[in-house]
Amino acid sequence: MAKKLNIKDKYRLLTRDLDWAYSYADRSKAFPFEEFEGIKITDWSKWEDPFRLTMDAYWKYQAEKEKKLYAIFDAFSQNNGHLNISDPRYVNAIKIFLTGVSPLEYQAYQGFAHVGRQFGGVGARVACQMQSLDELRHVQTQIHAMSHYNKFFDGFQDFSHMHDRVWYLSVPKSFFNDARAAGPFEFMIAIGFSFEYVLTNLLFVPFMSGAAHNGDMATVTFGFSAQSDEARHMTLGLEIIKFLLEQHEDNVPIVQKWIDKWFWRGTRLLTIVAMMMDYMLPNKVMSWKEAWEVYFEEAGGALFKDLARYGIEMPKYADVIEKEKDHVSHQAWWTFYTLGHAAGFHTWIPTDQELDWLSEKYPDTFDKYYRPRWELAKKMADEGNRFYSPGLPQLCTTCQIPMIFTEMDDPTKTCYRDHVHNGERYHFCSDGCKDIFCDEPEKYVQSWLPVHQIFQGNCGGPDVADILSDFYKMNVGADNLDIEGSPDLERWKKWQNAS
Amino acid sequence: MTIEIKTSTLAPVRNTYAHIERRFGDKPATRYQEATYDVQSESYFHYRPLWQPDKELNDPSRTAITMEDWYDFKDPRQYYYGSYVQQRAKMQENAENNYAFFEKRNLSAHLSDDVQKKIIQFLLPLRHVEHTANLNNVYASAYGYGTAITQAFLYNGMDRLAIAQYLSRIGLILDGNTGESLQQAKSNWMDNSLWQEMRRYCEQTTTVEDWFEVFIAQDVVLDSLVYHLFYELLDKQLSDEGASDLGMLTEFMRQWNKDTTRWVDSVLKVAIAKSDDNKRLIENWISHWLEKSTVALLPISNTLLGDAGLQESQVSFNKRLNKVGLFK
Repeated sequence: MAKKLNIKDKYRLLTRDLDWAYSYADRSKAFPFEEFEGIKITDWSKWEDPFRLTMDAYWKYQAEKEKKLYAIFDAFSQNNGHLNISDPRYVNAIKIFLTGVSPLEYQAYQGFAHVGRQFGGVGARVACQMQSLDELRHVQTQIHAMSHYNKFFDGFQDFSHMHDRVWYLSVPKSFFNDARAAGPFEFMIAIGFSFEYVLTNLLFVPFMSGAAHNGDMATVTFGFSAQSDEARHMTLGLEIIKFLLEQHEDNVPIVQKWIDKWFWRGTRLLTIVAMMMDYMLPNKVMSWKEAWEVYFEEAGGALFKDLARYGIEMPKYADVIEKEKDHVSHQAWWTFYTLGHAAGFHTWIPTDQELDWLSEKYPDTFDKYYRPRWELAKKMADEGNRFYSPGLPQLCTTCQIPMIFTEMDDPTKTCYRDHVHNGERYHFCSDGCKDIFCDEPEKYVQSWLPVHQIFQGNCGGPDVADILSDFYKMNVGADNLDIEGSPDLERWKKWQNAS
Repeated sequence: MTIEIKTSTLAPVRNTYAHIERRFGDKPATRYQEATYDVQSESYFHYRPLWQPDKELNDPSRTAITMEDWYDFKDPRQYYYGSYVQQRAKMQENAENNYAFFEKRNLSAHLSDDVQKKIIQFLLPLRHVEHTANLNNVYASAYGYGTAITQAFLYNGMDRLAIAQYLSRIGLILDGNTGESLQQAKSNWMDNSLWQEMRRYCEQTTTVEDWFEVFIAQDVVLDSLVYHLFYELLDKQLSDEGASDLGMLTEFMRQWNKDTTRWVDSVLKVAIAKSDDNKRLIENWISHWLEKSTVALLPISNTLLGDAGLQESQVSFNKRLNKVGLFK
């Protein structure tokens, strides 16, 4: 009778024993990127596999999930599922998702393929390869989930072209470019740990819950289907940080620096989620502030307590971020509202009911700083002067968000930081972004800043409208501007009358 | 008679994404098309990789092969993630049934000691070759260009991990889950002189920089010979020696090879159709790696199958290359 193998031994025999010590080629040429970041790996065999899935089991589970998911997609489009959403404004949230987030899933596929090839330990490699494959799944299922919306709404149609060019999309794009351009271990701390483990609940959950609350069956079904993948990715993120910290004490300050950097990069990126939650969901899930408190302050706080035994501290500027939760969503939506002519989705003034909800959720800041702006905007719009800002915003060199954030202790004053490097002056939205630049100026001087590129004449023009239509390939007058008067809204009204 | 359920029909504004429409016209697109074409970012990268500052993050110059349109590498199987995993799930279900049947009937008891030794010495070490193939295909996925070809490389890379795992399971069936047969196979791989040239070939392929050359060394040259030698010729020999049941445990590999060969050949055809330069490059790489693979495989194949073995595999490989349009 064959002896029974436990999962760990079985996985070791089936996977971990496949690699060997090279005799005929220089192994450092086969895995050349392991040392330049200064991370010390003394023994890859200490890697604890975060999940022990063999490929046959992977195919089986994933195929089951795909079968169910695509059955829902088919039913959704057959039955014109888009008519069941709460309000046509909602669709603009998933326009941001397809143009801003799905291409990041693609970059995650590429980044995890890169580290899944480069790590010297087979256990870590295989875990990363599986995540790479999952990320490919996510971008493709998202494209398929949105495919039906693309047939009935404007703004989805050129998501890939837009992602490479449009001014606000350089924020997510550069975030992932930054991680992929870094060494393999920094990539893992950036994406595997900081993003997937610490911040994913603030990206994935709000979008998917937003879909659930707003009748978007296609997107929420994708969300449910991806949940078990995400759970695997989180365990990998946790394993990588523990592994690095346990391998060598010299790794601790390097990892801490990366946590500081990527936590700041991540929260800046999440600004768009904050705005989506507070302003773009007709049926609200929770406020950004509440989400931040639940998913970062409580869950993240517990995590960092756990990591303290390795000498890891709370990310730098966590105290600033704590104040920002009261402001960023308002500052961001105002920016998009005033630049709505140059955005690939529609913008609007919150309804009176929504303004009241914001007042209630943000008792310390909304009435004082932000409500009066919306009341003025409404007055102007009612008088036929819907306000659009004619200029192009100055961008932060690091996060590439327009310089819209204020000093947190004085929300009437815009936060400007600058630094001179090699005789050139660079501008930043915050101390966090400035620190990141100063630590690696040679990297960030390369930033492809959309507004600079426009002024340098690299994006066509000369008028903004030319850039939008020729360089961004937007359908000007359909994809952009206020939702009032948009073809999206006109069609929606027709469908409502027809049914 | 058919019945027709009345649904409300809404006229769509467009049939598919704009980049798909630019390629294929204004008509409904397939899921493969929407999941594949133009998904990879092509321009305006923000930073050069610290690990390769002479290149962009996505850079077509990581191979000497040139293409006007990297999306010419359409997968004849039209695998995107969903169709890929569903196809492989079917194959693994068959394999699972075969392995379960083999174990339930205790068919390994019918394998003579000589046959068991042969499996351990000559078949199980291939798990390390498959591991190399995993590295090499993931390499091409990470540094290749355009979703059409890079996604296929990732699928291939994961397939190879699966095959390494299936081969390992054969070992565990033979040794009753002690792992001894895998240990022995690994010592063969590490120390037995018959395997050392093969190990050299594998190690060397993982240091090649040009991802298309890696594809040639691994998926075109080595795989063609290995799959013919081991899963056709050795399989037949073992079958003649009374071990035909073993074929149940390697059927996945044959089925997989048939499926993958279609894709490999189409990649070659597309690349050589683009330019004579591509064709010359590919022929040079094939000649280079064919010579090495002969050195790598000869000791094993001579011992197992006599002089004729490798020759037969090479003849069949050459025919395939001619059919694709190479060396003629």
